[in-house]
This record gives sequence, C-alpha cells and structure tokens, in this order.
Amino acid sequence: MSAAEALAPAPPAARPRSRAWRRFRRHRLALFGAAAIVVMVIAAAAGPWLIPFDPLHIDLRHRFQPPAGGGHLFGTDQLGRDLLIRLLMAGRISLTIGFAAMTVSTAFGTVVGITAGYYGGALRIALMRFVDAVLCFPQIFLLLVLAAFIQPSIATLTLIIGATSWMEVARVVEGQVRSLRERDFILAAETLGASGRYVMFRELLPNAIGPIIVAATLTVARAILMEAYVSFLGYGIQPPMASWGNMLNNAQEYLASAPWLAIFPGAAITLAVASFNFVGDGLRDALDARLDLH
Amino acid sequence: MAQEPLLEVSHLSVTFATENGPLPAVRDVSFRLSAGETLALVGESGSGKSVASLALMRLVPPAPRVSLGGSAHFCAADGSRHDLLALAPDAMRRLRGNEISMIFQEPMTSLNPVHRIGEQIAEAIIFHQGASHRAALARAGELLEKVGIPDAHRRLSAFPHHLSGGMRQRVMIAMALACTPRVLIADEPTTALDVTVQAQILELLKELQHANGMAVVFITHNLGVVAEIADRVMVMYAGLIVEEGAMVPVMTRPRMPYTRGLLHSVPRIDPETLGSAPLTAIPGTVPDPLHLPPGCAFAPRCAHAEPACAAAPPPLEPAGEGRLVRCRRWRALAEAPA
Amino acid sequence: MTAGAPLVEVTGLRQWFRVGGGFFGRQDTVRAVEDVSFAIARGEVLGLVGESGSGKSTLGRAVVRMSVPTAGTIRFEGRDITRLGRRALRPIRPRMQFIFQDPFASLNPRMTVRQIVGAPLAIQRPELDPAARAGRVAEALQTVELSPAHLDRYPHEFSGGQRQRIGIARALIMEPRFLVADEPVSALDVSIQAQILNLLIAVRQKLGLTMLFISHDLAVVGHLCDRVAVMYLGRIVEIAPTRALFRCLRHPYSQALFSAAPVADPTLRRPRILLTGDLPSPLAPPSGCAFRSRCRHALPACATAVPPLREAAPGHAVRCIRDDVALGPPG
Ligand SMILES: Nc1ncnc2c1ncn2[C@@H]1O[C@H](COP(=O)(O)OP(=O)(O)OP(=O)(O)O)[C@@H](O)[C@H]1O
Ligand SMILES: Nc1ncnc2c1ncn2[C@@H]1O[C@H](COP(=O)(O)OP(=O)(O)O)[C@@H](O)[C@H]1O
Ligand code: SF4
Ligand code: SF4
Ligand SMILES: [Mg+2]
Ligand SMILES: [Mg+2]
Repeated sequence: MSAAEALAPAPPAARPRSRAWRRFRRHRLALFGAAAIVVMVIAAAAGPWLIPFDPLHIDLRHRFQPPAGGGHLFGTDQLGRDLLIRLLMAGRISLTIGFAAMTVSTAFGTVVGITAGYYGGALRIALMRFVDAVLCFPQIFLLLVLAAFIQPSIATLTLIIGATSWMEVARVVEGQVRSLRERDFILAAETLGASGRYVMFRELLPNAIGPIIVAATLTVARAILMEAYVSFLGYGIQPPMASWGNMLNNAQEYLASAPWLAIFPGAAITLAVASFNFVGDGLRDALDARLDLH
Repeated sequence: MAQEPLLEVSHLSVTFATENGPLPAVRDVSFRLSAGETLALVGESGSGKSVASLALMRLVPPAPRVSLGGSAHFCAADGSRHDLLALAPDAMRRLRGNEISMIFQEPMTSLNPVHRIGEQIAEAIIFHQGASHRAALARAGELLEKVGIPDAHRRLSAFPHHLSGGMRQRVMIAMALACTPRVLIADEPTTALDVTVQAQILELLKELQHANGMAVVFITHNLGVVAEIADRVMVMYAGLIVEEGAMVPVMTRPRMPYTRGLLHSVPRIDPETLGSAPLTAIPGTVPDPLHLPPGCAFAPRCAHAEPACAAAPPPLEPAGEGRLVRCRRWRALAEAPA
Repeated sequence: MTAGAPLVEVTGLRQWFRVGGGFFGRQDTVRAVEDVSFAIARGEVLGLVGESGSGKSTLGRAVVRMSVPTAGTIRFEGRDITRLGRRALRPIRPRMQFIFQDPFASLNPRMTVRQIVGAPLAIQRPELDPAARAGRVAEALQTVELSPAHLDRYPHEFSGGQRQRIGIARALIMEPRFLVADEPVSALDVSIQAQILNLLIAVRQKLGLTMLFISHDLAVVGHLCDRVAVMYLGRIVEIAPTRALFRCLRHPYSQALFSAAPVADPTLRRPRILLTGDLPSPLAPPSGCAFRSRCRHALPACATAVPPLREAAPGHAVRCIRDDVALGPPG
C-alpha cells in the first residue's frame, strides 16, 4: 500500500467551533443578549466622549429635569447632573468589575477545580470540602463582612466579589476533569512522561473550556448584581463616583417625585444581568460537548 | 427453496436528510428471504447494514428526516402479505417483536436497566399474545431455559447489570424469540462478545432456527461468522449490494474485488505459513456517503479499476451459480487467480 | 548487560485492585494479574491473548508502568523499574511506548494532529526548535502513511483507521525500543485491520522494535508474533513460540479459544470445543486451576492447587497438570 492511499479523504465534518456557532445562533435570547452586551460595552466605553456633559458637574438650576428635558435625554438628578452620562460612567465601573471579578474567580476556580480533579485522593477531598464550606455562607453575607473591613475601591471590590464567586467554576471544572481523568489520551500523555502541570493545562484544560466559558459568563452576571447590591447598601463604590448600585441607593428618596432616577439604573442592571444570563444559557447549549461526539 | 419467500425486499432505499444535504445510506437493495434460511449481511462500517435492517423494522426516524423507497413484502403467519414500508404504524407495531424480531449489537443498551429481565420478556408476550402476567412470566422462564441460562427461573428477577455480556445477549435472544418470530434480524449480535461466548451464541441461534424454521438476517463484519452460519451472503458497500449469492461460492470464489479484498484481509491460522506474507489490505477508507464517486463506488480503492469504472456505476448482474455481482470486470477477474 | 539479555523481563508480577468498600460495601480484591513472569528478547514480538477481563490490558499497562504493581519486578533494559517514581521514569518513557485500543478515546479531541504527534517532543525535548520539531512530526506521519495535509485537523475528522495511525505516529516519534500495543486493531474493520497490521509489521522491521502485542484474536496474534502467551483469569496458562503453539495446543483453554475462533473458509470446518458458561468472576476465582469450572478434562486433583507453569517442550510452558490432552495441528 502506498502512501497516497492512506491519504483517502478524511470524512468531512464541521469543526466544533462552527457547529457550536450554529447551535448558538438558534438561541434568540442569547443572540439578543450578546447584542445587548456589545452595545452596552461600546456605549460605556465611547459614550462619555460623545455626550457633552460632565458626570460630576453640578448644576443646581437644572435639578430633577425629567427625561428629554433641557437637552438631557435621560433627565438629571437631584444635583442637576446628567443622568445618561452618569449611567454610562457607572456602566464602565459595573462592567469592569463584572469582567474583572469573573477573570479572578474563573482563574482561581479553574486552578482549584483542575487540581482537585487531577490529583484526586485526599487533596481533592480537602479542596472540595473547602469549596462546600465557602458555599455554605450566603455570598452576600460574606461580601458585606469583607466590604465592611476593606476600603472600597474598584480593585478591592473586584477581589472581594471574585473571592466569593469562584466556587461554581471550581465545581464544574472538577467534575469535568474527573470524568476526563481516566481517558486514554490522558494516560497517553502520562506514558510520555508529561508533568502534572502539562497534563492539567495542556491536555485537560482545553477539554473543560466549554463549561468554564459558560460558568464565567454567568459569573459576570452575578458579579454585576453583587456590585450593585453592595453599592446599593453603601459599602461599595462611593459617591460622587457613580455605579448602578449607588445610583439606585440615591434614587430611593425621590422614588415618587423623580422615578426615572430609579428606573434607568434599575433597567441597566436588569438588562446587563439578563443579557449575560441569556448568553450563558445559549453557550451552555452550544458548547455542550456531548452534541459533538458521534 | 421454491416456496414463496417470507420476505421480499425490492429496491429498498433509505436517505437521511442531513444539514449537509441528502445522505443516501441504502441504495436500491433487493433480496428474498425464505423460511429457515440465514442471510448474512456483510460490509465495512457505514456500508448501510444497520440502516437497511432498521428500515425494514421501520425503526428509522419518520419523514421528512428520512425518506424510504421501494417495498418489502412480508408473508405473515396467517398467509396475508404486507408491505412493511407502507404498513400503518399500528399494524407495524403488531408485527414487530411478534412476527419479525430484532436483536442488537449492544445488549446492555437495548435492555432497560431498571426492570427485571423476567418482566421485560413477559411484557412482550403480554402485548402480543394477551397472555396473563403469570402465564407470561412462566413462558419467560421457559425461554431463558431454552437460551441456555442456568438456573433460569430464579434469574427472572435479575436486573440486566447482574448478568454478563453473553448472558445479556441470551436474554435479548429470549426476548426476540418470545413470540416465535418468522424472521429474526440480528445486528452484530456477537461483535461485543468473546469468541468463546460468540461460539455459544451462534450454536444457540442455529439450534433455535432448526427448531422453529425461522429465517435469519445476520449482520456481521466477521467473515468467519459468515462461513459459520450463513446460507447466503449479501455484501454491501456504500449502501449498495455489490455481491450476493450462496455462501460457499461467494466465500470461496468471490467475484467482486471488494469481497475478495475483505476475504484476503483476514489473517489465517496455519502453522506452516504463519506471518510469512503481508496481508492484502484494501487501501484507503470507505467513501463519504455525501460525496460518493460518480462511477463504481469502490473504484478509488480497487486494484483492478480501469478508467471506465469511474465513469458510470456498474449494474448488479447475474454471474452464474445464482449469484449477482456489481463489477464491470467480473468476467475478466473470474479467470484470473483470486 | 550482555547482548543476549532480554529487553523486558517480568517476574512474579501481581496487580490487584481494591473494589467496593465505602460505608457498608464489602471490600474485595480483584486479582487482575496474578504471578506473571515472562521475558521479551530484543527485537521479539510477544503476543498476549485471552478473553476480555483476563487481565491483558492490566498487564500491558503495568509493564510500561502506567500503574504501580502490587508485587513482582519489571526490568527494562536490565534496570529494575518496578518502583521508580514519576520523575525517575521520565527519561525512560520515550523508550517504551503504548498504543491504545480505542482510537476515539486515545486522542485529545481539542488538539490537532500536529499537537498530538508532537506532544512527546514538547514534553521530552522542549528545547527543540519549532522547525526541527515540525520535521520530526512530518517524518512520523510519513512512517504511518498519513499526509502532511492532515496536520492541522482535529481527531474527529478522521476515520478509525486513520486515528489509529495517528496514535501509532505519536508512539513512534520518540523512536522507542519497546512498544505495548493493546488491541490496536480490535476496534477496526477487517480491511482497515489489515492495513494497520501491515503497518506495524513494517515499522517493526524498520525500527527493530520489541513489542508486547495484545489481542483477543488468535489469528491476528499468530500473524504478527514470534511467541504467544495465553492468559486466563490473570495468569499465563500457556506460552510458546507461535508455530509450536499452533502445531500443538497443550492447554485445554488455548484449545477452546482456538476452536471457538470462526474461520472465514467454509471448506475448513473444525470440530468445536464449546465452553460452558462465562469467565468466572475475578473476585471469586475457582480454587486450584482457575479454568477448572469450564474444563472438560478437569480431574479432582485440579481443585487442590494452582498448577505450576511447567515446560512441556523446549520453550513451551503450560499451566495444566495433565499431559495427555494436547491438540494436534489444527485445520
Ligand atoms: N440517523 C442518521 N442520520 C444520518 N445519517 C445516518 C443516520 N444513521 C446512519 N446514518 C448513515 O448511514 C450510513 C450507513 O450506516 P449504518 O449504521 O447502516 O452502517 P453499518 O453498515 O451498520 O455499519 P457498522 O458496521 O458500523 O454497524 C452511514 O454513512 C451513517 O453515517
Ligand atoms: N482500575 C481497576 N479497578 C478495578 N478493577 C479493575 C481495574 N482495571 C481492571 N480491573 C479488572 O481487572 C480484570 C482484568 O482487566 P483487563 O486487564 O482490562 O482485562 P483485558 O484487557 O484482558 O480485557 C477485570 O476483571 C477488570 O474488571
Ligand atoms: S467496476 Fe471497476 S472499480 Fe468497480 S469493482 Fe469492478 S473493477 Fe473495481
Ligand atoms: S489443570 Fe485440570 S482443570 Fe486446569 S486445565 Fe488442566 S485439566 Fe483442566
Ligand atoms: Mg451497524
Ligand atoms: Mg483490554
């Protein structure tokens, strides 16, 4: 048999990525969520340059302008600051914290999960017990305890939220790794003399990436919500800097007279959280590895 | 066998509608099956053996995901004739598992893991014969005994995972035989088993067939098994029949280059010539059913191909000894040494 | 080390697994491999046959130290590797490689052919520059007759036979001295099986490989191997040069295994020795000779002690107390 003959065309099959995209596209809500996220990110990043107001500029003559009043599309607040620009600035902070906390918690959760799943035995038991223990505390309680002791800033909030939301990822990764652990291709790497680190990060991690992405997306949603929560309770981002949470806090007093002060940040939080959740659900279906197996 | 065939399949075709276009899994398959006969269906993975048999059982997904063509006339016990492909789903359900049964390759996935095996067998008997639960269970015990399960009556209450692979396949056979079917379709029933257990199962099937006069369609890719049990052989390639005929002539004097290739691929145990010559492998792999070659489907792998082969598909033509061959060069090759 | 010393030498190897346990479950021991000894000379191919569950894979994996043996010793190139740790094994790994049975499970689905075949180099020779690595990968692909056009494809784009070639290329890229092939053709169609067997024979000759070739198919083993060992419930019950074995099968189990294998030639009908029942549970093997429960030649004495592996003819050892049951040349 000659070399040419074994070269017979391999059965054509869509690459996993394009198949995943096809499945994702079928998810209307996920598509909507993805579009909404893109719009929010662009708006938060570029918007402040396009809007001719300063988010901190106090203009007491134009307090409580209703939406579309006096050139302010979303109206103004009790100090006459433009609400739209504040909303966008707050969006920057909320989204930044959301993505950054997701990065922190995903990285940490992945390392914990992959270590537990790969090494197994007593190490796995210890690590997963720790995960369970952290999960036992209500996240918001942990968050408030930590926030009460630490000077709030974007960085510390990110760390605090990250530190209280990595457990989901750890669990997902641990389960995935444990199911892959005994597969022949892992054994193959070990018979090649691969180190634990090589097996974990080169062989196992790429196979767990789907569930990690899904969990990470959902974590962004949760982090945004958490930031809003903490800031709403006054432990988070401090005025005059705007965050969706502290804008809501601020709006409480004027609920009856200036409802738009609450409606816009509330809608922003809902939209952001829902969008990330929709995308997470869509990704969950699209990246379901089982659908890729023959 | 001059009697009327039990099953007469003509021009069976099965096409799946896939994301990438129509996939012809079975193309123009015709054959007859008489009582007491064993027809072996062989061919490489993906050649359409399972799909053809599932289509006869009407176990393929409904239209529009699958389009079925041709006819399959079945002669029922009461003398009536039915076209299996056109039968109403209800009527089909009555035939299935009753007059036509099927056993599958993986006995674990075809048995329900949460029900006791006695109940599973009895259920079929109750559904088709309206027997009482007690009578059905007693019959189930008899069947298990018949398929050689030791301590059969006590095993009735066992769950599938309590049994070994060979035992599970025996249970599957007992279930398939519960209503003394006239036709049994066995899709690689021994592929997952050890040779020693396979030998037991083949022996059992032969005995049962002898006792009931049932006809068997036996799907396998093991040519040794074919030589062991078949009366006739049908070789499939890329959804087509490429050679069909009585077992001994086909296995000893194959005409179609693909059949020859298959037979030569198998190592033989002969202490004198052991390992002295390389096996004559068939190069390459089966064609992708979505992109079949225009002429003879086997041409890209055929050592005897000539330019004409790739131009137009060869017809399935009689080649003596009651056999059919799909190769434009079979006459020339018949004279050449195998 | 003398030139004639075996490349691999296994003595009294045992591999047990604990199963069950937990809160209320009884803990049992599966003796998957029990007191196995053999040696493989340089350049020799030893075949290992037996039913599924007889311990072939467990033995093959232990020999290349994918597991930690329960007892016994494994010598590779004269060195005792039985207790070596991961780090100490690392420099030895490239010289002993493994080919897996399942061509679908043994390749990482998220890696391209280039990455899979190049992995041994990435692990063992990270200092190698990319061009040299690419050259070695291309060479390995050529050895297994795969086109370089496939380098950037993923495993799911290949057929079973092609995947098995990729697995073989990965095993060969470090130019091993010793290869364990665990049923490398069992999952393949006959025609593809022949391609892979021919390929293995060719690379064996080209590289002067020493192999432990595992299969449940006597004909396949006979075609490829110089010597054959037959396993039953964790023990070797017969071991002999291939030709001698097929000329005269001395163990009742080897005879049954041989006679059960269907032959694709309808003019050759052999008498059948039908075994009754299945392989006994490895948790509770019969006392004495483990084959006793299915052996048609069993005597009361077979129940008393495990028969020793005794040399019945030069180089032909059998674990049976009877000397009068040999089966002549088949066919
Ligand atoms: N549900 C389905 N949808 C689309 N294509 C299918 C489907 N089922 C089978 N096919 C295709 O039909 C062809 C024939 O498959 P089939 O299962 O009959 O092969 P086979 O001869 O039984 O092979 P094997 O020896 O592996 O059992 C293959 O190309 C297969 O991919
Ligand atoms: N990791 C394990 N834990 C428990 N039992 C095992 C394990 N690996 C293998 N066994 C058992 O050891 C026996 C031999 O298995 P194996 O070596 O895979 O057989 P073969 O390769 O001959 O089919 C079987 O009974 C199997 O169930
Ligand atoms: S028709 Fe031509 S290509 Fe096809 S099998 Fe015959 S000789 Fe080969
Ligand atoms: S020792 Fe006894 S039981 Fe075992 S194989 Fe020999 S004759 Fe049979
Ligand atoms: Mg099939
Ligand atoms: Mg095995």
